[in-house]
Amino acid sequence: MPVYPATLTCNFWVTMKRTGNIYGINKNLITVEFEDNVLQNEIGYARIGESHIRLKAEIIRIKGNRADLQVFEETRGLRQGDLVEFTGSLLSAELGPGLLGQFFDGMQNPLEKLADKYGEFLERGEYLPPLDEDRLWPFTPVVKKGATVQAGDTLGTVPEGIITHKIMVPFYLKGRYEITTVSAPMAYHIKDTIAVLKDQKGDSHPITMRFQWPVKKAVEIYEERLEPREPLITQIRIIDTLFPVAKGGTYCTPGPFGAGKTVLQQITSRNAQADIVIIAACGERAGEIVETINEFPKLIDPRTGRSLLERTIIVGNTSSMPVAARESSIYTAVTMAEYYRQMGYDVILLADSTSRWAQAMRERSGRLEEIPGEEAFPAYLESIVANFYERAGRVRMKDGSIGSITIGGTVSPAGGNFDEPVTQATLKAVGAFHALSRERSDARRYPAIDPLESWSKYTGVIEKDAGTKMIRLLNRAYEVSQMMKVVGEEGTPMDDFVLYLKGEFFDSVYLQQNAFDPIDGATSRERQLNCFGMMEHIINTRVTFKNKDEARSVFSRLRSLFIEYNASQWESDEMKTHASQITNYLNEYCRENRADGFMLHDKPFMENHLDSTFVRAKNFKNLNDGIPVHREEDAESIQ
Amino acid sequence: MLKVYNKIIQISGNVIVLNARNITYGELAVISSREQSSLAEVIRIDGDRIYLQVFAGSSGISTNDEVRFTGAPMRTSFSENLLGRVFNGIGKPRDNGPDLRENPVDIGGPTVNPSKRIVPSRMIHTGIPMIDLFNSLVESQKISIFTTSGEPYNELLVRIAMQAEVDIIVLGGMGLRFDDYLFFRHTLAEQGALNRSVLYVHTAADPTVECLTVPDLCLAVSERFALGGKRVLVLLTDMKNFCDSLKEIAIIMEQVPSNRGYPGDLYSQLACRYEKAVDFKDAGSVTILSVTTMPGNDVTHPVPDNTGYITEGQYYLNNGRIEPFGSLSRLKQLVNKNTREDHRALMDNMVQLYADYQETLEKRSMGFRMSSWDEKLLKYGTAFEAQLMDLSVNIHLFEALDRGWQILADCFAPNETGLKNELVTRFWPGVKK
Repeated sequence: MPVYPATLTCNFWVTMKRTGNIYGINKNLITVEFEDNVLQNEIGYARIGESHIRLKAEIIRIKGNRADLQVFEETRGLRQGDLVEFTGSLLSAELGPGLLGQFFDGMQNPLEKLADKYGEFLERGEYLPPLDEDRLWPFTPVVKKGATVQAGDTLGTVPEGIITHKIMVPFYLKGRYEITTVSAPMAYHIKDTIAVLKDQKGDSHPITMRFQWPVKKAVEIYEERLEPREPLITQIRIIDTLFPVAKGGTYCTPGPFGAGKTVLQQITSRNAQADIVIIAACGERAGEIVETINEFPKLIDPRTGRSLLERTIIVGNTSSMPVAARESSIYTAVTMAEYYRQMGYDVILLADSTSRWAQAMRERSGRLEEIPGEEAFPAYLESIVANFYERAGRVRMKDGSIGSITIGGTVSPAGGNFDEPVTQATLKAVGAFHALSRERSDARRYPAIDPLESWSKYTGVIEKDAGTKMIRLLNRAYEVSQMMKVVGEEGTPMDDFVLYLKGEFFDSVYLQQNAFDPIDGATSRERQLNCFGMMEHIINTRVTFKNKDEARSVFSRLRSLFIEYNASQWESDEMKTHASQITNYLNEYCRENRADGFMLHDKPFMENHLDSTFVRAKNFKNLNDGIPVHREEDAESIQ
Repeated sequence: MLKVYNKIIQISGNVIVLNARNITYGELAVISSREQSSLAEVIRIDGDRIYLQVFAGSSGISTNDEVRFTGAPMRTSFSENLLGRVFNGIGKPRDNGPDLRENPVDIGGPTVNPSKRIVPSRMIHTGIPMIDLFNSLVESQKISIFTTSGEPYNELLVRIAMQAEVDIIVLGGMGLRFDDYLFFRHTLAEQGALNRSVLYVHTAADPTVECLTVPDLCLAVSERFALGGKRVLVLLTDMKNFCDSLKEIAIIMEQVPSNRGYPGDLYSQLACRYEKAVDFKDAGSVTILSVTTMPGNDVTHPVPDNTGYITEGQYYLNNGRIEPFGSLSRLKQLVNKNTREDHRALMDNMVQLYADYQETLEKRSMGFRMSSWDEKLLKYGTAFEAQLMDLSVNIHLFEALDRGWQILADCFAPNETGLKNELVTRFWPGVKK
């Protein structure tokens, strides 16, 4: 029997069994007639006929004596008059040791255990407790009898894989409590009482290692929320250098299909320097999670020396699994993230894809016959998306420890058009935008983040100005390439041509990264700094060439040298050799070293800011500070 | 205690409404009118009002026709006897064979537990270089051919089916022209593959609603075969018609349309079918190859767009050729590392060069002077198109790889290609090993 938060259940309801009967069925929406009282968003179970199959459902609307419930399963086989039992509790996640390394569905059912018990298929109405109840956890108390505690305070710790898992006072307990007993250091099951708390009225509350928390409610028992200052190193160069993500920040990755959203998230989940990674696969292909599940146990996290799976939780509600559970998969994931943040860890939550969740909302809204908003999405889409991203953040707890949740969500815009409602709603809510483009992925330029469209409000591994300068170069190079399409190579001035080559060079060896290469696939902070320094040097070096063919071949040679450099082990002799090769080769063409009087192509690549705003390519963002200006203003300035 | 109802209170489109009690959601009913009887499925219950979707269409149904509920959802017979047979959209024989009733299985059954899935690892050789070499087809993959009307997509489909090394072919035809249906049937028969095929065919002349059940029937049967250890290839053509049928029903049911009239759950509907592609541990597999025609060759149309997000890649069939750009097999990385060590590098390189060729073409059409490099690219592009892209080319992967090297050698010097030295020394034609 799960333990329900006292604040959320009414004793009257629990003691009285409340039921209703099915009145109508429309796909996964059932209308239930009830007699007593019901609670908005409470969970009910619809029983198929006289069978033992009970389908989990959530109340989403109440009208008179009828409630509409969305069923988290296929509804086929339900009939009029079938019994629905209400539980009195909201949709909740179970929190306690043993979450790490697990693979849950959207309702927090452990999928591996379900498979062991029920076989290949996900049969309806089969639920299992999320945490292993038979496992023993060696508990070490950190509080003494008589101490005063409140929600979120640590009572003791258990080791959970690579981390120290704090056993905390359940978040739903309000006010101050006195510890009457605390268990001795020993191994316990999660359902064993490890402490007893006494409230001010004198009532006792036995505490176990697990408790429930309603997933749609944010955990807010920290001391203060901090600014997301520190960068979260993803080891992806284009992100960390140009469009960084901060610990406690939010970002989104929209892109058409085939642009590599999921691969980018997989790489992030592998290489991001966070303590805990939570992957919420929401309405996407099952095969993608399978890859993660199969790979992660084999991959070793260099920071801990343990398998990556030990720091990962996967919540998978794939596209063919019930639609209603998509929403809960996102919330279940973020609730678990909050639980680990509360212990002072840096958590990254990767949600793929929030569009599927929005679509689930749209389906539900349509069935409820609500007045549709844009593209039939419900009018409350924006506020719900914003609320979700606001659950990210870097916070300081009452005990002084600092934890963070970084949320990265992919968006799958219909037709690859970023003007659609979900992308726009998400853009308002996030601090960084990694726009994936089909042109880049078609040209096999991975990661296909478009440097001319993306932006970030955070500071990454390099100075903001240096990054802005590089984006300007890319922008100018893009302009030149567009111009060349019209006037041809012959009609392009040498300066512009070199500038174009430099832009392409930077793009191809720095921004592009081979995810399948063990070394190039993940670039550490130090290496990025080093590598970016070399880049700056090459780009700032004034070079002269006899003709365009020579320029092209020099840069293509530089490119292949640099690719070798990227693929060589950090600080190895090989790397040093490649680095000096690059410098030497560059020096041959450096202006100072060439005595012969070829024409000089030393025009700095960016004269002034006016230049770039005047012929601004695409909807390029404000160049002054790297902080994106508001969209509408931007649109004006292009006109 | 079968109760017969004979008061239909609403008929609109292919949906009829009547008052009844104790009805199960999803169960089948038989509507008997004077001339014929038709199956119908319960698609909505609102108190006593029962909404039924009539498979044969509502035309000719009278308000006092008899409606008898069967109490069971739609099922289809499954056995080895299916092989070599042709059925319509509700599983009735289209050939002159006997009606099959033994061993009924539910259609649209539960989804596979993701933790039981395994990473696909077996490549399906098709003999088409644009597939084998550039975007390998993998067992248990779901992939769609994006094309437009008029392209030879059905021919391509049949060819892949014939050449692919699979045990069973299940063909689902939706809104097929009758000629196309005959073409499929005859080709399979001629090539001696009919006895390992099952065909579920809905032609354009059949009632729309029957189109909706075709993928479900195909996949339910395939899943059973796969559980029995067979490697099944499911061909679905054309999924656009399936989506249009969904749209039709959604509009009749007065659902709010989301995008170009398609229902908001189009993605979920497609996903729960495509996700049936699976590789069972210690048993067979289901691979889905579908055709999606794009109106006006517009990939942003809701049907190809949603499909693209679900399938593991797509092949663009354009002007009778599979395009190297845009075409993508998401699973190719899983298999092309194990074929031959030059596979990946050669694949990337040739596509890159072909992209350069396209740029050169553009330049040339604008009247710019062609450099010597451009000339090389032009030569390369022409050879590439003729020797690899052409759909009539039918060679094994290794031969295709060798041919790729030959084309490169004919057009470029080794260092112009950007291929690694190590590979060049091993594979470049004419270089001493």
